[in-house]
Amino acid sequence: MALLRIRNLTVEFATASGRFRAVDSVDQDVDTGEILAIVGESGSGKSVSMLAVMGLLPWTAKVTADEITFDGHDLLRIDNRARRRIIGKDLAMIFQEPMSSLNPCFTVGWQIKEALRFHLGMDRRARHARAVELFEQVGIPDPEKRLSAFPHQLSGGMNQRVMIAMAIACKPKLLIADEPTTALDVTIQAQILDLLAFLRDESGMGLVLITHDMGVVAETAERVSVQYAGQKVEEQSVVDLFSTPHHPYTAALLDALPERATERLLPTIPGVVPGQFDRPAGCLFSPRCKFADARCKSTPPPVLGPDLGYARCFYPLNTDERIAS
Amino acid sequence: MLNYVLGRLLTFIPTFIGVTLISFGFIRALPGDPITVMAGERGVSAERYAELKVQYGFDQPIYVQFWDYLTGVLHGDLGTSFVTKRPVFDEFFALFPATLELSICAMIFALLLGLPAGVIAAVNRGKFFDRALMSTALVGYSMPIFWWALLLIIVFSGNLGWTPVSGRIDLLYYFPDATGFMLIDSLASGQSGAFKSAVLHLILPTVVLGTIPLAVIARQTRSAMLEVLGEDYIRTARSKGMSPGRINGIHALRNAMIPVITVIGLSVGTLLAGAILTETIFSWPGIGKWMVDSIFRRDYPVVQGGLLLIAVMVMIVNLTVDMLYGVINPKIRKR
Ligand SMILES: Nc1ncnc2c1ncn2[C@@H]1O[C@H](COP(=O)(O)OP(=O)(O)O)[C@@H](O)[C@H]1O
Ligand code: SF4
Ligand SMILES: [Mg+2]
Repeated sequence: MALLRIRNLTVEFATASGRFRAVDSVDQDVDTGEILAIVGESGSGKSVSMLAVMGLLPWTAKVTADEITFDGHDLLRIDNRARRRIIGKDLAMIFQEPMSSLNPCFTVGWQIKEALRFHLGMDRRARHARAVELFEQVGIPDPEKRLSAFPHQLSGGMNQRVMIAMAIACKPKLLIADEPTTALDVTIQAQILDLLAFLRDESGMGLVLITHDMGVVAETAERVSVQYAGQKVEEQSVVDLFSTPHHPYTAALLDALPERATERLLPTIPGVVPGQFDRPAGCLFSPRCKFADARCKSTPPPVLGPDLGYARCFYPLNTDERIAS
Repeated sequence: MLNYVLGRLLTFIPTFIGVTLISFGFIRALPGDPITVMAGERGVSAERYAELKVQYGFDQPIYVQFWDYLTGVLHGDLGTSFVTKRPVFDEFFALFPATLELSICAMIFALLLGLPAGVIAAVNRGKFFDRALMSTALVGYSMPIFWWALLLIIVFSGNLGWTPVSGRIDLLYYFPDATGFMLIDSLASGQSGAFKSAVLHLILPTVVLGTIPLAVIARQTRSAMLEVLGEDYIRTARSKGMSPGRINGIHALRNAMIPVITVIGLSVGTLLAGAILTETIFSWPGIGKWMVDSIFRRDYPVVQGGLLLIAVMVMIVNLTVDMLYGVINPKIRKR
């Protein structure tokens, strides 16, 4: 039984100009000790789907699903009080902007110890010892001194380490990292990814890594779920996905990797992710897909089987057997 | 920090000169002079008038009078009251505790109600409580103090008979004013009922004086909270499983306090202006009432010196607020 199991998750926002579907019938499974990457361009609903799991969406969001279970808890029907005992403890999340994600008015030590106090009921001394230990674990030098620093006194990379320390403070079973390296320098990015992988190895927690960067996926993940305009369009193991992508969108993302470029100019996917007003009737990728035909534009494609990476496509790539009709 | 304080003190100099000039000019711009006012209905003979004019130095050209005043001020001498013949400095500090006590109570009242009201309104944005509260705040903000005071007096003193109408304490209590703060002195006197009487006397003036700051603080807290509640670090706090009470009351409010503190600092001047009116209405023996009485008496030294000391007090409070701002906002402190 999967640690996190999501079935048919849909999130709609009530906006001034009507309803907007940011996440569209997404299924997802994450096992203990596994690293799942969710990849897709900005606006694909990656963050929103995981915020729905955490229960952190604003009230304008309407979440529907057949199932969201985590570690035996039904997160769809759980009440707020019970949810607060789970998130931050067994289910933790870190965010894209480490600078703005930490409270500027409190020391980073205070912000870490808070969770230890409320979830684990540790006394002052135990909290301090654990905070020092956590800082050492995430590679923050001189922990005693750094604990009393305010976020603006630390670099972005340091702050992201603080965020990670905070997230793993209560030894979570699952950590969701939402673009944890996007806001950081390239050299720091690799360090943070290594740290996350290391922590997973050490603790055996599950890890969901949200990213828009296929390079990050290749480096870190084991299984990949590709998301486009709110839908999951393909899912495979990293190795298979990189060798035999089935969905044209996945293929286009891979072609945009610098190391795969054959010419000097990097090929990019023309166009943008459809928003509220330009959602196509048929396949959501059809306006940008070079294989699109009349059927693609008028009819939503089916979800194919596991051997085709659950691709949502009429004409999957890297296969001889085209589905009939 | 020391450099900062010294720097701020330097900027006080132009303000100080400005206030000296304005307070000197203002009272002299009013029609009439102290001699005619003191003479009252009975009048004064031309010879006596001329004699008194020389005695007070009014025969001198105006710039000489100003120069005399200024050199006096620089030597720490604010002159003596024409009416009581006591030094302005002594009178001010004898009365200042009464004003300070009233102002502090009004500010505490405004904070105690305004902060939670602003937080609750922000959290329930757009709902009934928010709308009701913000309309009330608007009314409170635009209500004339005088009218508001009369309304309260009619209801609570007149109809219900709960609160006294004037003064700081019932006349049957007497004790030396050790600190000048009636709440403390009455408690220290040990006389039964004295403290209660002092509290009852404070209630209406506090409410009247605190109403505008209350409205300002509630509105400012609400808008600051609304901004803060959309910040990423609030989402982080929620992702840690913290309760809404803790998130709103600690994580968010602490940040929202930064603009609120600024507003509080800025409203100190307004508060003192309000104190003048409030003290007059409730016969509160503080510097506000003292200033108003002195203006009517054309008591030049008192008005000049009093305004100057009030300005100094406002400057000191503003400096304190600035430093408090540094304490509450770590980004400023460590810069
Ligand atoms: N609070 C919100 N209200 C309305 N629309 C939102 C809100 N949050 C996100 N969206 C929309 O949902 C879509 C998916 O957003 P998001 O999950 O953040 O994308 P990603 O993380 O994949 O870049 C975007 O089009 C975004 O504009
Ligand atoms: S269904 Fe058609 S448009 Fe959509 S991805 Fe497949 S080929 Fe392209
Ligand atoms: Mg995102």
